[in-house]
Amino acid sequence: MLEFYTEYWPDYWDGTLVTLRLVVISFTLACIIGVIIAGFRVSPVPPLRSFASGYVALFRNMPLLVVFFLAFFGVGDLGFVFGPFPTAAVALGMYTGAYMAEVIRSGINSVSSGQAEAGRAIGLGFIPLLREIVIPQAVRTVIAPIGNLFIANFKNTAVALTISVFELTYISRKLINETARTWLSLLGAAIIYTVILLFAGWVFRTLEDRYAIKR
Amino acid sequence: MRMRRNRRLGIALVAATALILSACGSDDGDDGGEATETEPAAETEESMAPTDESMAPSEGGTSGGGEAVAAIQESGTLRVGIKYDQPLFGVNTPSGVVGFDAEIATAIAESLGVEPEFQEAVSANREPFLQEDQVDLVAATYTINEERDEVVDFAGPYYVAGQDIMVATGNPEGIEGIESLNTADLTTCTVEGSTSLENLNEMAPDADVLTFDTYSKCADAMRQGRAAAVTTDNVILIGLIDEAPDDFELIDNPFTEEPYGIGVQEGSDLRCYVNGVLQTMYDDGSWAEAYEATVGSAGVSTPEPPELNNEGC
Repeated sequence: MLEFYTEYWPDYWDGTLVTLRLVVISFTLACIIGVIIAGFRVSPVPPLRSFASGYVALFRNMPLLVVFFLAFFGVGDLGFVFGPFPTAAVALGMYTGAYMAEVIRSGINSVSSGQAEAGRAIGLGFIPLLREIVIPQAVRTVIAPIGNLFIANFKNTAVALTISVFELTYISRKLINETARTWLSLLGAAIIYTVILLFAGWVFRTLEDRYAIKR
Repeated sequence: MRMRRNRRLGIALVAATALILSACGSDDGDDGGEATETEPAAETEESMAPTDESMAPSEGGTSGGGEAVAAIQESGTLRVGIKYDQPLFGVNTPSGVVGFDAEIATAIAESLGVEPEFQEAVSANREPFLQEDQVDLVAATYTINEERDEVVDFAGPYYVAGQDIMVATGNPEGIEGIESLNTADLTTCTVEGSTSLENLNEMAPDADVLTFDTYSKCADAMRQGRAAAVTTDNVILIGLIDEAPDDFELIDNPFTEEPYGIGVQEGSDLRCYVNGVLQTMYDDGSWAEAYEATVGSAGVSTPEPPELNNEGC
């Protein structure tokens, strides 16, 4: 069993690097999209609000696999042909971005309106009000759900194998074919996912503790 | 219902095997012992299972069937893993699964006196399908190779294909053979978890590779200009070209030999039984008929049937 992993470790390592690159790019994109769409959703401008609701409705109600195939073959048929990795990174980022927008919106809404009113009453402008009063309180409530999203986004990278991204799950399936040792090949990927995500979970828990209300 | 029945059957089979093993006192784990182990099983189970003697082939010293054969006959259905999107070999149509693999599987089921029950098998899940007893046999353009032979057993081969290359009509890139693909400038598409991919990696290591779960997606990728070539067994390519003769053409310069086998569970007596059925089909001309009605319809001449591997039967 161990010989299997020592022999195929280089393959697993290559796959892990692709997965990590995909996670970093897609999750960064998701955060940017999340902030923008959440901003639109709480903005006083009706067209922006409808655009944001439409975006969330579209990406949150489609299976990720369908999003990937549409982004790859559908967009490709329209004449915009991008490679598998960029397509996967953008599609996954847009998908997770919809969830991110909802998390951020609920975080903003969790700060009671009395807080903002009190801030204005002591003479704070819009930006200082957000920076000093609303965001510090909102951050506390969104860290745990963002941690969940990160983990979900990390595992969702596996779907990218369907559009020919050679990430970790793809590698384990390739090894199944080359060695015909099904569960051993998959277990290798499972261990790598678990180790990385346990670490990520620990990071988010630490962040949560740091921002928790000191009582 | 079906699962429960199978589990009970499984327990019965394990018990029966244990009894037979202890009775014969044969050394287990010895490959040579397998043939003798299944022999008494056929005798003891004959009285319990309603086997139709006239249906079973009796050529070339193949046994009339052992435990696995009896179990299938008792259940009344032959569970077959087959491709659903492999033109000429296995295509799922409103009127059922059609193609050469479907013809072969149906003939085996007929010989057993049971109904075939098709389930979709994709390249990457064929071994697990057999190992987890989700199907009795796999007839899915299944290339026999050493790695697979270690975890499943193969009856046949019932056809020998060769890996070839499909390009856009007019061959704009001037691809002549596998050597032409060995460059990072050309993208070649094939299917994940296939021997075609392994051969491509070995024989054209510098090629830029695109892989999907089905060849139909490779054809789509070629139409969008994502790939310059698709490589896999020639018969599969012929099927794709058959569907879109204006878009694609075959290089017709095969660079491998791919014997297709019928996958069965490791150590199953079904293997020798299937070989018996295939031999009958070779002899009475129904193999050639099935070929002409399916693969041959795309304009490929009917070859001589390959010699069966009857080792241990």
